[in-house]
Amino acid sequence: MVETDRNQIEKLIDGDLQWEELRNDVLPDPKDGQRFEVTREILLDRVDWDDPILVPLNDHLFAVGTDDGRIVKAECGHEFGPLEDNWKTECQVRVRESEDEMRDLYPEWMTPDPDWTFQLREFFCPECYTLLDVDAVPAGYPVLKPFDPDVDAFYEEWLGEPAPDATEVNQ
Amino acid sequence: MSKPDQQPDFEETQYERVDPPIGWDGQTLHEMLAESERLREETERYYGIEDLELKEEQPFEYEQMYSQLRGALVSARETALHVSASPIVREIGELCFQVYTPEGDCIALSTGIIVHVHTGSLAIKYMIEQDYEHDRSIQPGDIFCNNDNDLGNVHTTDVHTIVPIFHEGELVAWVDGVTHQVDIGGMTRGHDQLASTTRYEDGLYATCEKIGENDKIYQDWRDRAQRAVRTPMYWDLDEKCRLAGCHMVRDAVESMINDVGVDTFKQFSREAVEEGRQTLHSRVKERFFPGTYRDASFMPVPFEDEAWKPSAKQDMMNHLPVEVTVDEEGGLELDMEGASPPGPHPYNCAEGAMEGGLWVSLTQSILHDGKVNDGSYFAVDTNYPDGSIVNPDDPSLSYHTSWGSLMPAYNAFWKNVSRAFFARGFREEVVSGYSETGDPVQGGGRYEPMDDYFPVAPFEHSCQGLGASAVRDGLDYGYAMWNPESDMGDVEEWELIEWGLPYLSRQVKPNTAGHGKYRGGTGWEGIRTVSDSEDVSLYKHVVPGVGFTTSGMAGGYPNSLNYSLRAHDTDLDERLENEDPYPIGDSPTGSFEEQIEGDVKRSQKGMFFPEEFENGDLLHYQMGGGTGYGDPLERPIDLVVEDVEEGIYTTDIVEQVYGVVGEFDEDNREFTLDEEATDRRREELRTERREETRSYDEFHEEERERLEDGDISDPSKWMYEGVFDQSDDWAAFFREFWDLDETFEFDAELMEA
Repeated sequence: MVETDRNQIEKLIDGDLQWEELRNDVLPDPKDGQRFEVTREILLDRVDWDDPILVPLNDHLFAVGTDDGRIVKAECGHEFGPLEDNWKTECQVRVRESEDEMRDLYPEWMTPDPDWTFQLREFFCPECYTLLDVDAVPAGYPVLKPFDPDVDAFYEEWLGEPAPDATEVNQ
Repeated sequence: MSKPDQQPDFEETQYERVDPPIGWDGQTLHEMLAESERLREETERYYGIEDLELKEEQPFEYEQMYSQLRGALVSARETALHVSASPIVREIGELCFQVYTPEGDCIALSTGIIVHVHTGSLAIKYMIEQDYEHDRSIQPGDIFCNNDNDLGNVHTTDVHTIVPIFHEGELVAWVDGVTHQVDIGGMTRGHDQLASTTRYEDGLYATCEKIGENDKIYQDWRDRAQRAVRTPMYWDLDEKCRLAGCHMVRDAVESMINDVGVDTFKQFSREAVEEGRQTLHSRVKERFFPGTYRDASFMPVPFEDEAWKPSAKQDMMNHLPVEVTVDEEGGLELDMEGASPPGPHPYNCAEGAMEGGLWVSLTQSILHDGKVNDGSYFAVDTNYPDGSIVNPDDPSLSYHTSWGSLMPAYNAFWKNVSRAFFARGFREEVVSGYSETGDPVQGGGRYEPMDDYFPVAPFEHSCQGLGASAVRDGLDYGYAMWNPESDMGDVEEWELIEWGLPYLSRQVKPNTAGHGKYRGGTGWEGIRTVSDSEDVSLYKHVVPGVGFTTSGMAGGYPNSLNYSLRAHDTDLDERLENEDPYPIGDSPTGSFEEQIEGDVKRSQKGMFFPEEFENGDLLHYQMGGGTGYGDPLERPIDLVVEDVEEGIYTTDIVEQVYGVVGEFDEDNREFTLDEEATDRRREELRTERREETRSYDEFHEEERERLEDGDISDPSKWMYEGVFDQSDDWAAFFREFWDLDETFEFDAELMEA
């Protein structure tokens, strides 16, 4: 294990790491040992709210601990409900299905055949309208929950410490 | 037919015959396999090994042995490929070699098409379980061959040559060499057939067959195989290539045993597998976040108007769900409950092929180094449901193009493990997917100047767009999931064997890359024409065509879809004579026709079945882009400007998707940004998001009503009904999700069809 360079991880999160640094320092094995902890610290510093981040779910969504239990929360502060539920059910949704709707994104001949009723389901944050996910599925397909994190197993079993919300919620 | 000058004299053998048992310490191979499985079941460790004693006590010797073995395998691959004449093998390196324990567990492997590491394992285990040791006999100098997908192979045109390695009457290891054939016979030309719907149309099969002894291939096998394929010369040299490589590896193993002693080699081989297993577990705990990850891929099969056989003339869609669980012990589980049933198409995929796909995915995601072998396979619990398209357990089906199911499925797997990487902070390891390779050009013809058959099977499709990661754009035109050493091959090399199909162009295909904060890698397109040939038939098979197979990640979009385009009875000869322009692409789409007169056929399907082509006809083909990652409005504007200047996207698309507006000087490839218009356009896009969206509950209600009304496509209904039949659990999940009656089903007429 090598030491985690906070500055480098900040650049990694921002997409500012140049290929040479990425290739030579970040991609190869062995990986740095404190990546999760350092990433979490950086993300905590960047949000305007105080709930402890338990695990990042994507660029703008986090599992966080609150007095009312674990929830999914967006960078902008919008709360998406309990962590055990699918956060997509709290989103604003736009569905593209017709050829016209697809043609905003792809040229003629490079869109789905409308007879096959494929959809792009765009899931937006109801507060800041950041695009959080896009599902490309046939019509009628259920909305899958992408990730159910096992927060306690991670902190207690893997890191050997209580989860950051343990003192506030579980104790 | 290729025949040696002199027939081998089988009376003069260089090997002494061995009598069973041929396993270690007086055991049969069957007993060794049973013991291995029992110990693994009881201890969850390979052969119950608690400590890697050799590695701990003699670390230098242990690592040296591994390096020697790996070096021998790589050296065999790099040397043997020159025996082959097929550019698929010579130029693209579609071969690999691997060494197995007597029980058929991979110890080490070469570079190349490493998807086959576990398929070879299954073939060896089949021979052990069928007691070849006593019945067929396994002797020093024997040569076995397998390409039976049901027993251990990815698809029919991959062919394994398997050689046992003996030491003083004991079988100490096996070596397996695999090459991808240009042609394997079957109902049409090509190496990934479209038209085949059952085994009986797939072509030549060897079912763990003994094809030689005393290091020589039987004459009857050689004749049978060469008469069964359309390209006997390539077959012959590929087989010699595999055999030569296997013998090189056998020599290297014998040399190692002479150096270190057989007992040390035996201990090493088992510890290496266990180390591989331990490595995967430790990596999972080091780089993933525990929990459950879900995704799904789809494989649309638009055969209603295309297929030849009546049973296949229907539009079908296959469901390929992937759930990955990382448990608190660091175990990894892959579950495909809800996968579609198999069907009358060539996309059926045997369990062994799916395991190969898992293996090649793991080696590229979490196992970049270390002891990469079957240990990593043992570390993952898998459920490829019995009787589904990913584990049909039915040798009568066609498995010719199993990649059609395998590749979309692993897109879902990759997204799941990418979420696990992201959660743990390893954003650089995220890969949002890849363009599935398909086969944009296949077929063959007779070249008049040489009066000889030429196959058409270029492996340019090993250069697709890779999906974006969470820190950078996807790799442009340089990736194939099944062979991490991508190479599209030189045009001149392909023209050397595909005599009658010269190239008119290769170029970047704009607007193929999936949109996102980080865009997918771009795809590309090419055009070929037919020249000086007769009896030419060509076909195309590229996915996705009529619908998406996968999504992007975190707000990124999937890559654009492919289509098919060709022109018959053209005026190409006149254009060449007059030095008039001819098509070098179809970008913008529709421009192809502006530079050629003829019978132009376009289809939104990325495929057409074999069609006759005449001299001067044109075939357009394309390779897809990768999926995108993140909200496109977060993509830095200067990168969008670069995208336009480099031909990745066109101005109309970047205005629609990224809100970037400006003037593009195409001649000088300079895009001048209009900052005010860009600000306005981006604000408009944000406003549209607020105005054009609705609540999830409204969305759910409308979709539910559509389902009740049956207002979705027939292939979608076909998919759901097939899955309902296949999996009660998934059917219950579907009905509960949409709040439908417990007995809900689509119309009975469709079900009967």
